[in-house]
Amino acid sequence: MAIMKANTAGATRIAMRGIRKAYPGVLALDDVDFELHGGEIHALLGENGAGKSTLIKVLTGALQRDRGEIMLDGEPVNFAKTGDAQDAGISTVYQEVNLIPAMTVTQNLTLEKTHGRFGFISWRKARAQAQQKLDRLGLKVELNRTVGSHSVAIQQMIAIARALDDDTKVLVLDEPTASLDADETAALFDVMRSLKAKGIAIVFITHFLEQVYEVSDRITVLRNGCKIGTSLIGDINRQDLIAMMIGRDLGEVEEAFAGERRDGSGEVVLTAEGVGRKRVLAPFDLTLRAGEVVGLSGLLGSGRTELVKLIFGALKHDSGTLKLANGTAGNNPRASLDAGIVLCPEDRKSEGLVGELSVRENIILSMQAKRGWLRKVSRAEQEKIADEMIRALAIATPDGEKLVRQLSGGNQQKVVLARALASSPRIMLLDEPTRGIDVGAHAEILTLIRTLCEDGLALLVASSEIDEVVASSDRVAVLRDRRKIGELTGEDITRDKIVTMIAGDNL
Amino acid sequence: MSALLNKKLLPFYATVAVFIAIFLIGGAMYNNFLSMRVLGNILADNSFIIIAAIGATFVILSGGIDLSVGSMIGFVGVCMAVLDSMGLDPLTTALLMMVFGFAFGAFQGWVIDALDIQPFIITLAGLFLLRGMCFMVTINSVPITHEWADLYSDIRIRLPGNGLLRSSAIVMLISLAAAIILAHFTRFGANVYAIGGDKESARLMGVNVRRTTVLVYAVGGLFAALAGVVYALYTKSGYPLAGTTLELSAIASVVLGGTLLTGGVGLVAGTLFGGMILGLISTLIIFNGSLNSAWILISSGVLLFAFMVMHRFLVGSFGLRD
Ligand SMILES: Nc1ncnc2c1ncn2[C@@H]1O[C@H](COP(=O)(O)OP(=O)(O)OP(=O)(O)O)[C@@H](O)[C@H]1O
Ligand SMILES: [Mg+2]
Repeated sequence: MAIMKANTAGATRIAMRGIRKAYPGVLALDDVDFELHGGEIHALLGENGAGKSTLIKVLTGALQRDRGEIMLDGEPVNFAKTGDAQDAGISTVYQEVNLIPAMTVTQNLTLEKTHGRFGFISWRKARAQAQQKLDRLGLKVELNRTVGSHSVAIQQMIAIARALDDDTKVLVLDEPTASLDADETAALFDVMRSLKAKGIAIVFITHFLEQVYEVSDRITVLRNGCKIGTSLIGDINRQDLIAMMIGRDLGEVEEAFAGERRDGSGEVVLTAEGVGRKRVLAPFDLTLRAGEVVGLSGLLGSGRTELVKLIFGALKHDSGTLKLANGTAGNNPRASLDAGIVLCPEDRKSEGLVGELSVRENIILSMQAKRGWLRKVSRAEQEKIADEMIRALAIATPDGEKLVRQLSGGNQQKVVLARALASSPRIMLLDEPTRGIDVGAHAEILTLIRTLCEDGLALLVASSEIDEVVASSDRVAVLRDRRKIGELTGEDITRDKIVTMIAGDNL
Repeated sequence: MSALLNKKLLPFYATVAVFIAIFLIGGAMYNNFLSMRVLGNILADNSFIIIAAIGATFVILSGGIDLSVGSMIGFVGVCMAVLDSMGLDPLTTALLMMVFGFAFGAFQGWVIDALDIQPFIITLAGLFLLRGMCFMVTINSVPITHEWADLYSDIRIRLPGNGLLRSSAIVMLISLAAAIILAHFTRFGANVYAIGGDKESARLMGVNVRRTTVLVYAVGGLFAALAGVVYALYTKSGYPLAGTTLELSAIASVVLGGTLLTGGVGLVAGTLFGGMILGLISTLIIFNGSLNSAWILISSGVLLFAFMVMHRFLVGSFGLRD
């Protein structure tokens, strides 16, 4: 404890006072104060839509505040654009990974960060600079490949590598660990701690409370755009912290996890026999039953996402057969949708949602597609379904007409789920369903998964969070190195067993 | 040049291959076709289109479009000719016109970004405006008679095999070299690719989107004006209808050169070959003699279509946008 306090005794780096920011119809930040010291890791917490990302964007000039002042090292600052904040030593990784997919790793790492004369770029120097950035995080990534050809997790690490400069005074990380697995998270935390030791101030936004307790020195909680309070991490226990965030106790929701595992006697709805694809995933067998949740566990890059995509037909298999209860499954998304299979993808930005459409329109999308465009869902019906979903999933939006692009990150994730549910599927494939979702909603979604199951839905849930898999699955399929290495059922589903399998021989 | 490695080059290679193939087919059909002389002529005859297309490449890479190119060529031509008849020398007028092109483009770029209006509409307005101004300047074809214009057209470099590199081709190749450096070795160039790839991300990564957009259209305008200068000196006259629909040929050259219309992917060098392919086709059909010039348009159309289909396939199966 004493050490922690010593760490936070650094000088005030950033002081934000009386910050107010309104979007049309929403007061995203209401008179918020925030203080950040040198050499501390300061966790910024709050439910989805609390205003965390907005506060960050106001700080870095990505958004202009309506009111309030920002001081950097005692001097008032006004960043007109993000580049200015970057130049002043504030490096930021925004919530939606922000890189240019079509450009190479080198180009992404050095964009607007090269210092050649007259604006010329020496690619030799840029490569060296990029390599240095990667080395800082111990990342092994080919410099010449495009960023878009890497997984979301690697992109996240590249974005962090990009943010770190020699002269970084303040590092802002908006949900950096949402798509990282345990090892990568640990690596990131090591980096954060060593930066902290150098006196760099770090803002860390996350929904994983264990991580908050693991690395942070202080916390600040926002709720509905208001600051609820700041505290040393040692002075607040988990329960009080959650109460601060959601304004009530979580107790009864967490109980829901403890449901019993079903024995898997339901009717078989999908069978995969020897389904695989060269260089993507070794042939695997898998059955899905009505009323059963199958968890999919494995490290990043072990083939979780690929397995889900193969079953959905978003990736074509080149071996084996996929059978539905009523015949062979189609080898393409269209046929899968018709057969009542839906997929909630991992990367909602590029694959999941249409940002320019409203929440209602997004929710109705799959359902309408399934019905065919000639039989239009009536407006009244659309509104009814949308309202139901918004209530059921507690999506923070004034009504169904808000554009999805304007929702907070976690609420966008909920819309992805809502859309899949609205099409009343028989088989639901969820890839990282709780990424970026706050504690309250996290529990609600897991509960929802269980309830759906009771209603006879078959679920396949891929997740990098082992605890989530343990909590929600009736059966767990474990993947390693692009190969399914086994299944666990009943009593065998424990964190330890899964970890041992994932780690394989080298443990 | 690390950025140029790998699959991103596929469309570029395809373009070069198509160019070589058409050239060889021409050689198989007509005796004198496969020669440096023909190549030199194609370069000279199409240099102004290629120069304009080089400017358009920047605009398209940034995710925009510029329809004012053809009218700019016409406007620059009549201004050159009329100023010539007033006794100004071609060098001064050329510089004047290029400053004008740069400023006009910059203005278009500013409107597009500041008022957030589709580039299609703004540059379409630019197209009408400049064409109208051509007729304000003159409604006749006006000759350019200054002796420097003759001096300019006498410049040539001998190539092996009886070929000639004429002045317009030389100007074009110098512009190309400058454009390649600008696109691939400057921060401006990197920013153009970035905003074409994902504008919002680019903004969050610290790219000054306003300045880049303004500069992109300014560069487009500058190259269009230079194309106008080259065209006027090549034809030694200014004519208010000159360059009509040329913006479309420029866009076609860019696309044939392997640049994605959605922005963010492509190479400046590809545009040279894209433009040369269009030039080759018309030369081939003229060589034939019995086909009328309608076939130039028809075969350009077919080729463009085929190329887009192939492009679609490449983008789909190799994930070029990733
Ligand atoms: N561009 C926008 N237009 C309108 N409203 C917006 C816009 N961006 C965010 N909002 C609203 O502002 C509020 C705060 O959003 P913000 O993104 O800051 O939440 P957050 O705390 O980061 O949540 P999450 O944990 O889900 O990322 C939300 O109610 C959101 O709907
Ligand atoms: Mg957020």
